Parts: sequence; structure tokens; C-alpha cells
Amino acid sequence: MLKDARVGGWGARLIGIGLALGFVALILLATGAPPFQAISLLITGAFGSTRKIVDVIATSVPLLLATSGLLITFAAGLWNIGIEGQITLGAIFTVGALRLFVDSGAPPGVAILVGMIAGMIGGGLWAALAGLLKIYGGVNEIFSGLGLNFVATSATIWLIFGPWRRPGVGSMSGTEPLPPEFALPQLPDMRISAWAVLLSLLGIALVYILLRGTYIGLKLKATGRNARASFVLGIPTSRYTLVAFVLCGLLAGLAGAVQVTAVYNRLIPSISSGYGFLGLLVAMLINYQVIWAIPVALFYAALIVGSIQLPIQLRLDSSLAGVLQGALVLFVLIIDGVRQRLRERG
Amino acid sequence: MRKLTLLLVLVLLAALALSPAAAQDDAFVIGLLMVGPYNDNGWSQAHYDAAVYVTENLENTELVYLDRVNPADRPGTTPDQLAEELLDQGADVIIFNSDDMKDGATAFATNYPEVPVIHASGDQHWEEGENFVDLPNLGNIFPGMWATKLLAGCAAAMTTETGKIGYLGPLINDETRRLTAAAFLGAEYCWTEKRGMDAAELEFRVDWIGFWFNIPGVTADPTQVSDNFYNNGYDVVISGIDTTEGLVQAKAASEAGTTAFNVAYDYDLACEIAPDVCLGAAVFNWRPTYLAEITEMQAGTWTPKFLWPMPDYANYDDVTMNSTYFIPGTALSEEAAAAVEELKGELAGGLDLWAGPINLQDGTPYIAEGETATPQQLWYLPQLLEGMSGQSVPE
Repeated sequence: MLKDARVGGWGARLIGIGLALGFVALILLATGAPPFQAISLLITGAFGSTRKIVDVIATSVPLLLATSGLLITFAAGLWNIGIEGQITLGAIFTVGALRLFVDSGAPPGVAILVGMIAGMIGGGLWAALAGLLKIYGGVNEIFSGLGLNFVATSATIWLIFGPWRRPGVGSMSGTEPLPPEFALPQLPDMRISAWAVLLSLLGIALVYILLRGTYIGLKLKATGRNARASFVLGIPTSRYTLVAFVLCGLLAGLAGAVQVTAVYNRLIPSISSGYGFLGLLVAMLINYQVIWAIPVALFYAALIVGSIQLPIQLRLDSSLAGVLQGALVLFVLIIDGVRQRLRERG
Repeated sequence: MRKLTLLLVLVLLAALALSPAAAQDDAFVIGLLMVGPYNDNGWSQAHYDAAVYVTENLENTELVYLDRVNPADRPGTTPDQLAEELLDQGADVIIFNSDDMKDGATAFATNYPEVPVIHASGDQHWEEGENFVDLPNLGNIFPGMWATKLLAGCAAAMTTETGKIGYLGPLINDETRRLTAAAFLGAEYCWTEKRGMDAAELEFRVDWIGFWFNIPGVTADPTQVSDNFYNNGYDVVISGIDTTEGLVQAKAASEAGTTAFNVAYDYDLACEIAPDVCLGAAVFNWRPTYLAEITEMQAGTWTPKFLWPMPDYANYDDVTMNSTYFIPGTALSEEAAAAVEELKGELAGGLDLWAGPINLQDGTPYIAEGETATPQQLWYLPQLLEGMSGQSVPE
């Protein structure tokens, strides 16, 4: 399923990016909007001030964690569509753990640490479920993932409207906020937590080492390339499939924990903010090469942050950024496919 | 790699050069954050129109705004973060237009003590309230809609043939309980006093969708909730949500041969979508308060206030004076309109329908005989009232 991670296709990649930009420009022209201004607003909206750059980095944290996890499942040949649910379960477990510490007198640092670990466990368990369904139930992970995402959302809504609601309030807006001291400490005058950034860098570094320099990584990749051959050659492929799911779930759960402790400080219906699906796009765009995850995650985060300028300044819908994010992957894959065909023919 | 970096820097510089300059320094810029679309024919549009009105009636003012400020439409963002985006555009005041942005408004006002902040619908600046936050730059505006909802309830009660009135409720909190109860009190009053019917024969049911407007897959669908009312003999539905599904479905039901009417909410032109089934609209008019507050801000004399302007009965139809009013719709019969008008006159003359005895939904006495509700009792109504059906608090 996965192509050679061959470097050298950068010319083709740039063509793909150019086509995606052209595609978006055409859409803008068709709606009567100025394409150059729109694209320049995307850029200035993301990098125009220190605060914006900080916002971009903060936004990239959960995205990078999700991408890190997905690079493991992709290496094992798995389409972990259930990542959104794994992020959500991470957030649920984090909020659940932190609620136990309310009025407990325990130091907030301990509470946050336990909350983060609980989040990782939540994501890991939810991913393990998809893995077990695949291994023992023969359920393709794409279908189980979709189902488990749905269940995770339903669980969130139930908790928000039910046991974790604000007293006397029945609103999808979110659960009772956690005490502010249960939030990760932020840098002075900035909406960013150095801890969160550190965790995301740690996550991607671990995945890099895992896939590049370890025995487990090698076996994961072997399972991904050809599960049957790997099995015949003595790799317990079922176990490695499960390991890939759980590792991804741990990272996704951490992303959920970050959403709680660094952004929302409570549980909200769309707590995953779509970072799981975006992570799938990032992983595909970088052709599963870990080293590119950081710049591309930053780029996608920049599009998210920058796109807020479109409705404010041009009265354009900010979903345009989503169109660009999707178009980039689409065109880069198309160009890759075309190259492959030409190479085969030649 | 170095080439790529160079390219990025060049693109960045070009973008900086191309980007439009921020608003001019001398103009006073109103920054408005709206929870829904600016053209929703409801809650958010009422704010948008009022802000535009201020720019048209106050010299040297400009408007920057961002709509659909909610986690479903703008994932990963928070209202205080988005308020900073408006600040970057030169905003001199930030208006947060939703109850849903309460925490964001407070957080922003705390972080930017020099920027005036208005949270429209909150109670953070009410010293005698339960949520007082002592910030020198955070004020609230929330017109006394509970008086207007009495008339909305009356219009519904004067129209229903089945004696069954539905209330399309948003989420459940102090505010929505208060307004729903007001609609019930108005309905019950006109049902018994104007139509001479027995209170026991009036059914008043609330169904909540769980948020201010529809979020597919998260809230209950207001279209379905409305249909459910109309298909089960509730021939009048009073809308309490930010958007117009109650009205749209009344039109659909009516075209399919079912008797269906709606009392619209929030926005002065709401009825225009479906005038034939619209009994009227209970309107928030933010123009007078926004104009007054921003005039003060521009002059540098503003201090935060907790404003809850009640209907100005002496200048009822004057949008430059009155902050909340009921506009009768074309579907309202002459007789019903007369009753609504009569009740309005009685309210102007001092009638208080929030007078005891009033019991809570579970029968607990709330306001004793001979007493009227205090502002706190009104604002923090803990349950629906006796005689209403539907959830008081989430179960």
C-alpha cells in the first residue's frame, strides 16, 4: 500500500502544490474574490505577528501528536480512521481524572500529570479496541474506526448533557470547567504551553527513533509492507498490528489531553477539533516520512490560524483553508500517481 | 533546503506588502463576535444590524466582525483568541454576543484591562447577581425580554385552537428557564383572562434542543422538534432558539394542510420568511444601548454597566428608544392582536404577571401570594413553573 519513501520527487511535489494553489485560486476567481489577497492574508494571518506565530505553534501541537501516532499505524499498513475517537477518549479520560482531583488538595502538577497519563490510556484503549476488532473479529479498521468515532462523540455528548454538566444547565456548550490551576502553565502573556510543545516534539522524536532505529519499528514496517510474508517469516503480525494501534492511541490520547489542559479546560462536543483527520492528510502529504512532519504540521496549523482573516477581512468563508489542505494532498498524490505510471511505462 | 527557506521568506515579504492596512487610527472601531451567522434572521443578525446602525449614526465609527464563533464552526479556537484577531484589526471595543462566550469574554477582559468589553446577555457586572466578576472593563447588556415574552405567550394563547402550545427551547439555563416561563405566564393570563378558558385546559410544553442553534449530530434537530410539535396537535410553537426553524416548519406544515403558527424570536424582520404563519416576533433591539455605550466609549467616558433595559412602553414603536418589543405578525387575528395590545397596555400600567402565588414545576412555592418576583428570583429561576411540561433541568 505504501510507496517507497524515495526522496527526489520534490520537483513533482512542487508541481502538486502549485496545482493545488491554482485550484484554490480558480475557486476564488469563480466566487469573485481576489486570489492573491486571499492567499497573502492566509500567510500574514499566520505569521504577521509574534502572537500569531505562537498561535500557529500551539495549534500544531495536537496536530503533530496525531500525525506522530498515524505515522506508526501507516507504517504497519493500517488506516487508523478511528484517530478522532482516540483523541476524544483521551480528552474524556483526562477530564475524568482531573475531576477526581477537584478539591482534593493534591498539587496541581500531580493532577495534570495523572490527567495526561489517563488521557494516553484512554486513547490507547480505544485504539486497542479497533486493533482487537481487526485481529479477532476480522473487522477492517476503517469501518471499526468510523463506528468508534461515532461512539466517542456520543459518549462526549452524554457526559456533557449528563453527569458532567454545569449545575442547572443543559447545554452542549461543554462540561463544568475544571479549576484553572489544572491547566498546563502558559508562557507569560502567551497562549501557549511550553510543556505541550515539548510533548509534541518528544512524540515525533520517539516515532522517528522507533521507525528508523529499532527492531520493533522494523517489524512494524515489515508487517505493513507484506503481512503474510512477515507472518511466514516468523513475525507475530497480529501482535504488531495491536502494538501499532496502541502506540498511535497513546499519542492520540495525549493530543486529547493537550486539548483539555492547554486549550479548553473542559470537555466540549468537538474536543478533537478535527486534528485526527487533518493528521491523516499531513501523514499522506509527507509521504509518511517522519522528518517532514514538523514543518508540514506547522504549515497546516498556519492555514488554520491564517484562515480566520478570510471572514474578517474579505468576508470569505474560512473553510477555504480546508479546501486548500485537502487539495494539496489530492494533487500531490495525483502527481505521484502520474509519475509512477510514466516510470512504469518508461 | 536553503533555497526553500529563501523562497518562504520572499513569499512572506510579498504577502506582508500586499496585505491591506489595518483600520485607520482615528476611527473608533467596533469589534463584534457573533455566535451564529451574521445573517441568521435571528439572534446574531439582530446584533449585526445594531452594530451597522451605530456606524451609520455615530460619526467616525467602523465595524469589524467575525461570525460563527463557536467550537463547532471554528474548531480549535476560543472566543478570547478570536477577539484578539479583531483587536489586530484595530477594534476599540469587543462585543461578545453570546451566553456561550461567557468564559471567553471574562478571560479576554482580564487579559486586556484597557479594552472595553461588552458581554451581551451575561451578568458578570451585576453586583447583586450570582456571577459578579469585578473587572473595570467588562459590562453587560441584556434587554428585559421576559416582559416581551409575556406578549409572545399571549399571542400564542389567543391563537391556539387545540389549547396546546409548544416552546422550541434552546439549551437549559437560568436565562432560558426565565424566558420560557415568561411566555407561559403570558399565555396562561390571556388564555384565562382574555379568552375565559380554564387554566387546566392549556397545555404548555417545552422541548429543548441542547444549544442555541442546530449543530448536526450534536444537538437535537430543531426542524424535527418543530415538526413533532405541529404533527401532534401543538398548533402554535413559540421559538426560543437563535434561528428560524420553528417558523420555516410552520410554513411547511401549513402548506401540507396542518394548522400551524409560530411566534418568532430575536430579530425584527424574522416574520418576513413566512408571514402567513407568523404570529409576531419577540424582538431584541440592541440599537439604543449599543449606540449609547459606544458614544460614551468614543468620548472616553464609558464605565461598565449591567444594563437590562425594560420595554419602553411610552416609545414602544421607536427603534431608537425601545430595546425590546413584540411586533404582531400578519397571521395574528384582529381579536388576538387586540388582546395582545390590551395586555401591553396593562403591563405599561403596572400589571406584573410575576406576582404570587407562583409555584415551581415540582409544586414548591416560589413567589408567595401578594409578593412579586425580585430581580434575583427572575434572573435565577431554578425550575420551570407549575403548569408547564418539559425538563426544568437536564436529567
